Amino acid sequence: MKKKAQITWLEMKKNKTLYLMMLPFLLFFVTFVVYPVLQAIWYSFTDYNILEPAKFIGLENYKKLILEDTIFIKALQNTFIIAVFVGPFGYILSFLLAWMINELPHWLGTILTVVFYAPSMAGNAVVIFGLIFSNDATGYLNGILLKNGIISEKILWLADKNYILPVVIIVSVWMSLGVGFLSFVAGIKGVDEAQYEAAAIDGIRNRWQELWYVTLPNMKPQLMFGAVMSITSALSVGGVADALVGFPSPGYASHTIVNHLNDYGLIRMEMGRASAIAVLLFLIMIFCNLVFQKFLSKVGT
Amino acid sequence: MRAKIHRRNNKLDMKSSARKSSRSFMGNLLMGIVLFILGFLFFFPVIYMFNQALKPLNEMYMFPPKLFVRNPTLNNFRDLASVLNNTLIPFSRYLFNSLFVVGIGSVGHILIASMCAYPLAKYTFPGSKFISKMIVYSLMFNATVTMVPNFITISKLHLIDSYWAIIFPQFASTLGLYLMINFMEQIPDSLIEAAKIDGASQFQVHMKIMLPLVKPAAVTAFILVFQALWTNTGDKYIYTEKLKSVAYALSQLASGTTVGIARAGVLAAATVVVFIIPVSVFLMMQTNVISTMATSGMKE
Repeated sequence: MKKKAQITWLEMKKNKTLYLMMLPFLLFFVTFVVYPVLQAIWYSFTDYNILEPAKFIGLENYKKLILEDTIFIKALQNTFIIAVFVGPFGYILSFLLAWMINELPHWLGTILTVVFYAPSMAGNAVVIFGLIFSNDATGYLNGILLKNGIISEKILWLADKNYILPVVIIVSVWMSLGVGFLSFVAGIKGVDEAQYEAAAIDGIRNRWQELWYVTLPNMKPQLMFGAVMSITSALSVGGVADALVGFPSPGYASHTIVNHLNDYGLIRMEMGRASAIAVLLFLIMIFCNLVFQKFLSKVGT
Repeated sequence: MRAKIHRRNNKLDMKSSARKSSRSFMGNLLMGIVLFILGFLFFFPVIYMFNQALKPLNEMYMFPPKLFVRNPTLNNFRDLASVLNNTLIPFSRYLFNSLFVVGIGSVGHILIASMCAYPLAKYTFPGSKFISKMIVYSLMFNATVTMVPNFITISKLHLIDSYWAIIFPQFASTLGLYLMINFMEQIPDSLIEAAKIDGASQFQVHMKIMLPLVKPAAVTAFILVFQALWTNTGDKYIYTEKLKSVAYALSQLASGTTVGIARAGVLAAATVVVFIIPVSVFLMMQTNVISTMATSGMKE
């Protein structure tokens, strides 16, 4: 045991420069990320309203959430439904777009990269979706459908319980091209040309085979990064629903975990309960992440 | 070499399908159509944004709402300029504050984060796995519940009401760092070894080899921080008017119910201004990245 500690110490001394290089970042990281997260995890075991000191109450917050809070269960269901569509669709779409962009001449590819990513930089992009899916007969979608006689009466896209969730899913996919997309664009460009040449000699005949046997296996780090982004953002959907249908959504039709969390954290000021929700969400994300890692190890085989 | 020439030829005359080509015409056509349609769909919010900014006030409140502007006018931008000329403190001061925070924040972040990414991507040492995991997992923790502890930390460090209250937390952002780790993993070890044999220190290896080779990732990370800092109004931490940012000044234009409607045009113009800056930087950097990538090709 003592020997092991000694070896570790020697290893650490050997890598002194590396630790030094990491030090500046780690200082900020511990102060502004790790410490607040640990603090929040602690809050999840307390009754904390921000104004009074936190009171330790054990697992009470978790118990209440899972056993008594029916709205939280509803939020879990909604989040999973949204994530199942938004995560994979957004991920695959990001990749396919990046891949197609790479097939284009460079200048055109650059323009298209900006075209696809720019909306993510536009702060109030959601506004336009409010107009498209407007409940009025004058909303763009209702207008088109009425004009062509597909529907005879306007549909309340943002008020009818049956339509809210699908609309939120569509808009979320629409807005899902983010950092993952950029990392794919950069990653595909980084695949060495020589690999494609070698593959051509080995009998790879078309771009689809090239994609599976050369491009994908060469992009595993980027694929992993994109997946982390997709999983995180798909499970954190909430802002879109807020902006489109308001909070709370009619009949909690599009109520998500993050909506629930903000409800407790920002409106009811029950930070303890909100932290417990954050911790559960965190665990769900880590779980999805591990599952995806398993899946990724099979690519290109 | 012959394969390379062969491939080039295929790329040049994609239409000649007599030879078995790796790029079929139908495939190209299909891709073109898909990209065009999706491009239009995704760009829709931006098109709308620009149209709003060019609308005169009566068109803005027209019912039913129209997407495209009928009588485009630059009045909104002129109004914006005149409003900004009459702010409590000169607009140039807001601009200076923003430039300072964005400049120091994004350059500093890339330096610090990339220096941390290199050891984690290329070496295993006691704690390396643990730190990498923490960096990935930190991306998954909801920010609402860390807000209060963060505020307390920042106030205990006496950073409230200073630029650093905005800059320091951004230094700790893990998104760009994680991206750089992923790209650095792909750089062949042989390059690092070669540089070390030539007598380069770890820091030199990082600055002269790793960072230039992961430029696409570094640039992406830069854009992310740039945008985050540029759009940060900082209203939680900064109270002195002299220290506030452009994003803050513009966000105040249409606040309050009385000026809300009258200033809707100004606000639409401001939205475009806020948007156009990071997009221009993004476009500039992307152009730059693509030209460097075309000449490198050093990966294994």
